[in-house]
Amino acid sequence: MRVGVFICHCGNNIAGTIDVARVAEETRKLPGVVYATTYMYTCSEPGQEEIQKAIKSENLDRVVVAACSPRMHELTFRRTVAKAGLNRYFFEQANIREHVSWVGEDKESNTGKAIEIVRMAVEKVKQNKPLYSTSFKVNKRVLVIGGGVAGMQAALDCADGGLEVLLVEKSPSVGGMMARLDKTFPTIDCSICILGPKMVDVAQHDKIKLYAYSEIDEIKGYVGNYQIKIRKKATYVDWTKCTGCGTCMEKCPSKNSYDHFNFGVAPTKAINIPFPQAIPKKAKIDPDYCRQFTKGKCGVCAKICPTKAIDYEMQDEIVTEEVGAIIVSTGYSLIDIERLPEYGGGRYPDVITGIQYERILNASGPTSGHIVRPSDHAEPRTVVFVACAGSRDKSIGIPYCSNFCCMYIAKQAILTKDHVPDSQSYVFYMDIRSPGKGYDEFTRRAQEEYGVKYIRGRVSRIYPKGNKMIVKGADTLLGTQVEVEADLVVLGTAVISNSDAGHMAEKLHISYDTFGFYVESHPKLRPVETNTSGVFLAGACQGPKDIPASVGQGSAAASKVQALFSKDMLESDPAVAKVNINTCVGCLKCVKTCPFQAIKEKELRDGRIVADVIETVCAGCGVCTSTCPCGAIQLQHFTDNQLLAEVNAICLM
Amino acid sequence: MVDQKYAYYAGCSLEGTASEYDASMRAVLKELDVNFREPDDWSCCGSTPAHTVNHVFAAALAARNLALVEKIGLNTIITPCPSCMMAFKKAQYGMTKSESFKNEVNELLDEPYECSVESKSALQVIYEDIGLDAVSRRVTHALPGLKAAPYYGCILNRPPEVAKFDDPENPISMDKILSSAGVEVSDFAFKLECCGAAFGVAKRGMVNQLTYKVLSMALDSGANCIAVACPLCQQNLDLRQGQVNSTMGSGFNIPILYFTQILGLTYGLSPKVLGMEKLIVSADRIIRSRITVEEQKKIKEAEAQANAKKPEKKAVKEETKPEENE
Repeated sequence: MRVGVFICHCGNNIAGTIDVARVAEETRKLPGVVYATTYMYTCSEPGQEEIQKAIKSENLDRVVVAACSPRMHELTFRRTVAKAGLNRYFFEQANIREHVSWVGEDKESNTGKAIEIVRMAVEKVKQNKPLYSTSFKVNKRVLVIGGGVAGMQAALDCADGGLEVLLVEKSPSVGGMMARLDKTFPTIDCSICILGPKMVDVAQHDKIKLYAYSEIDEIKGYVGNYQIKIRKKATYVDWTKCTGCGTCMEKCPSKNSYDHFNFGVAPTKAINIPFPQAIPKKAKIDPDYCRQFTKGKCGVCAKICPTKAIDYEMQDEIVTEEVGAIIVSTGYSLIDIERLPEYGGGRYPDVITGIQYERILNASGPTSGHIVRPSDHAEPRTVVFVACAGSRDKSIGIPYCSNFCCMYIAKQAILTKDHVPDSQSYVFYMDIRSPGKGYDEFTRRAQEEYGVKYIRGRVSRIYPKGNKMIVKGADTLLGTQVEVEADLVVLGTAVISNSDAGHMAEKLHISYDTFGFYVESHPKLRPVETNTSGVFLAGACQGPKDIPASVGQGSAAASKVQALFSKDMLESDPAVAKVNINTCVGCLKCVKTCPFQAIKEKELRDGRIVADVIETVCAGCGVCTSTCPCGAIQLQHFTDNQLLAEVNAICLM
Repeated sequence: MVDQKYAYYAGCSLEGTASEYDASMRAVLKELDVNFREPDDWSCCGSTPAHTVNHVFAAALAARNLALVEKIGLNTIITPCPSCMMAFKKAQYGMTKSESFKNEVNELLDEPYECSVESKSALQVIYEDIGLDAVSRRVTHALPGLKAAPYYGCILNRPPEVAKFDDPENPISMDKILSSAGVEVSDFAFKLECCGAAFGVAKRGMVNQLTYKVLSMALDSGANCIAVACPLCQQNLDLRQGQVNSTMGSGFNIPILYFTQILGLTYGLSPKVLGMEKLIVSADRIIRSRITVEEQKKIKEAEAQANAKKPEKKAVKEETKPEENE
C-alpha cells in the first residue's frame, strides 16, 4: 500500500497556526506513507496537478489531503484522484482548518492535533475499499410546495421549460401574501394587478397541475424518485361542479366566520370564496362556523346552489404522485399581536397589524378601500405606525430584522395621505432599512413629499384615552419622551416561520434554524439548494424576504431543477448500507429503525430471511449499523473496521 | 383553611407611614385564616439605596432577613411592600442563579442563607394560595357605588423573570381579588404607570405631573377610588394629592385605599381596625355607603321587579331572530 499525503497551507488559514512542514515530516514516519508534502493552495489547479503527478511518479494507490472541511472540497479531490486513475473512494480528507487552525491559537498544540488528525485519515484510507456508483432514472416532474409568488414563479419557470409541475397550496387559492397586499413598494403599483396574470397563468398552463386547499402528508424516496402523498382537504363543495357564482356566500346565514384571507379585519360567511381574483375561484365551507356542522341543521347553501355542488359528507382525499425534485416555497407567518402586551396585546380594536391595514387599504377588502378604524368605523386623521413590533427584540426570541416592514410602512403612510389628504402619519422606527433599488428614495419621498413624521425611537406603551389611542415613546434624536394621540395604530409585526415549518422540514429531511426558517446549502454560494439533493428553496420560508427577492429565488430554484433534470440518469452514492447475507440472522431490527424505509426483507433461495438494502433509497445515515446485533449490516466507506482503524490511530498509536 | 405557615415581613414603611396597610393586612389575613409568624430581629431590606450602590451588599441585606426565616423553619414569606419583596426576590434570583454570587453574599453574613425561602407579595398569596373562592366566601358587606381603579405600580410583577407572578404588562390579580369581594373595578390603562416613586423628595414637580396623570386616568376610567398595593404609590397619590391640585390646578378628591382596606370593609371589619382615619383624602363617603350583603340583595330584588317588564320583551325578540334567518 502506497499512501500519499498532501498538506495544504490554505494561505495563512492553516499555515498561520499550524507548522505544516512538521505535520508532513511526522506523517512521513507513518507505516504505508511513501510521500508527504505541503502546498500553498491544494485545491487550485496546479495543486490538483501536483497530486496527479505524485500519483503517477510515486505510484500512489491511496491519497490523503489535509486541508479544509470535506464539505468544501471532498468532491473536488475525489475527481482529482479519479482522473489520475484511482478509485475515487481511495481518497480521504483530513479537516485541519475548521477543526484545528481556525479554532485554536496555540501553534504547538495545533500542530500536535493536526498530526493526529492526519494519522487518523491515513489509517482510514488504508482500510478503504473501491466503491462504484450505479445510475438510476430520473422522474422529470417537479413538486412545488406553496403557491405564493415565489412558488408560482418557480412553477411557471419549470413549466415553461417543459417540465410537468405539481403545485400544492394549503389555502383555497394561490397568491399567498402578495395577493393580500394593496400596492407594492417602491412603484406603488397594484399588487393583485401584477400578480393576477401570474395566477391565471398558473391555472391555465397545461404543464401545471394545481392542488389547492391541499397539504403534503408524506414524502418518500430520494432525488429523482419521490413518492408524495397529497391530502386534498375536504372543501364540502364539489369543485368540479362549483362555478364560483357566489350565490351561496350571499345567502349563508352564518355571518361571523373568521376571515383568514383578511386576517380577521371583518367577519366572513361560513361558505366563502376568499377574494374576487381567487384561483381557483371556488367556494369552501368552514365547518367551525357552518350551521350544518355546528348545529346539525341549515342546508341553505345546498338548497340554493344552482349546480348542486354542496356535499356536507365530503372527506379528505389522499392522492399519490411521483416526482423527481421538490421546490419548497411555503412562505412565512406574522407574530400574533398577543405577544406584544405593551401594545395592548390585541385588547384594543384600533391597534391593528400591517397586513390588516393592507386589507383595509385594498379596494376588494372588507372596507372597499376606505380607511376606517375598526372600533367606530370613523376615518382616522392621525395614524401612528410602529416599526419593529416584535422584530429585533431578543426578549421575545426574535433577534432578526423582518426585512420589509420599513418599506411597507413607508408605503402605507404614503397611501394614507392619498386616501385621507388631511391626515398626519407618524412612524416610530429603530433604523430605516431601505437598501433595495429605489427603496431609499421611496422612504425619503414619504418624509419629504408626503410629510410623514419619522420619530427615531421605540414605543413603550399604547393605551386608550377617550376615543383616542395614546402612543407613548421616546424620541432618541431629541432625547425626549413623546406622546402621540392617534386615531389608529398600525404595528409592523415581526415575520416568523410557519407554525408547521419544522414538521415540514422533517418530512423533507432538510434542516431549519432556531427560528424555523429553512437552511440553504451555503449562505452565499448555494442560496436555493438544501443539503438534501433534489430539494430546493424559494422565498420567505428561508428567511424574511420581499417580493423581488422571492421571485428571484423562485426562478433560481426552477433553473436548479432544470439543471438537475438535464440528465436522464443520475449517479447514486455508493456510500450506503450493505448487508452481509452470511452473517445476517434475519431479525429485521434494521427494517424497523431505518428512517427512510430503505431496508426490506428478502427470502434467499434456501428459504432463509435476510435484510436487503434498497441502494437508491438509503441515505447512508448509519442508524441500521448500530442497531444490527451481529454487525452484518455495514455502511460502505464507514464500516466498523474503517472507523476502528481511526479510533486506534488516535488511542493506541 | 390554609395549612401552610407563612413568615411575615412588615418592613419599615408598614411600621410608619403605611401602618394602615399593616393593620388592614393583618386583619384581612386573619379573616382568611392565614397563619403567619414574624421573624425576630428583622432588619432593613436594602430597598432602593442599597442596590444602586452595590449588588452584593443589597443582596446581603435582604438575605439576612431570609436567613432568619429559614431559621424558624418556614419557606414562604409574605412581603406586603413591593420594594421589600423585590429586594428579596432579586437576592433569591441572583443567589440561586450563580454559586459565586451566593458565596460572595454569604461571606458578608454571620449565618449563611441557603436559598430556601420564596417571597410573595400579599396579592400573590391571596391570589394563588388562598384563592378567589375563599376571598368571596368571607364577604359580608357591599360597597355600592364604589368603583375602584386597581393600581399595581411598577415593580409588583416586573421584571417578569424575577417576579414570576401575574402578567408584566396587564396584571389582573388585584382586579380579580376585588371583583371576587363584590367590588366593581374599572378598566384602568395606567395600572402599571410610574407614580414617581422616591423622586417626590428630589423632584417634586415631576412627581406631581406623573401622579396627576395617574389620578386623571383613574377618573377617566370611571373610577371614584384607587386601590393600591404599595406604600410609596399610596403616599404619592394620597399625601401629594393636595400638592397636585395646587401645582396642576386640578380639583382631585379621590380616596387612595390599600386593597386590603377595601377587602376589610367588605368583610365587615371596623374602619378603625383598618386604619381608615389615617388616609389624607377622606374615605368617609365609602365607609358610610357600606351596607350588608342582605340589604344589597333586597335592593336588587326591588330594582329587578321594577324593571321586570322591559327585559322580557327583549328576550322574546332575540329568540325569534335566528329562526328568521334559517
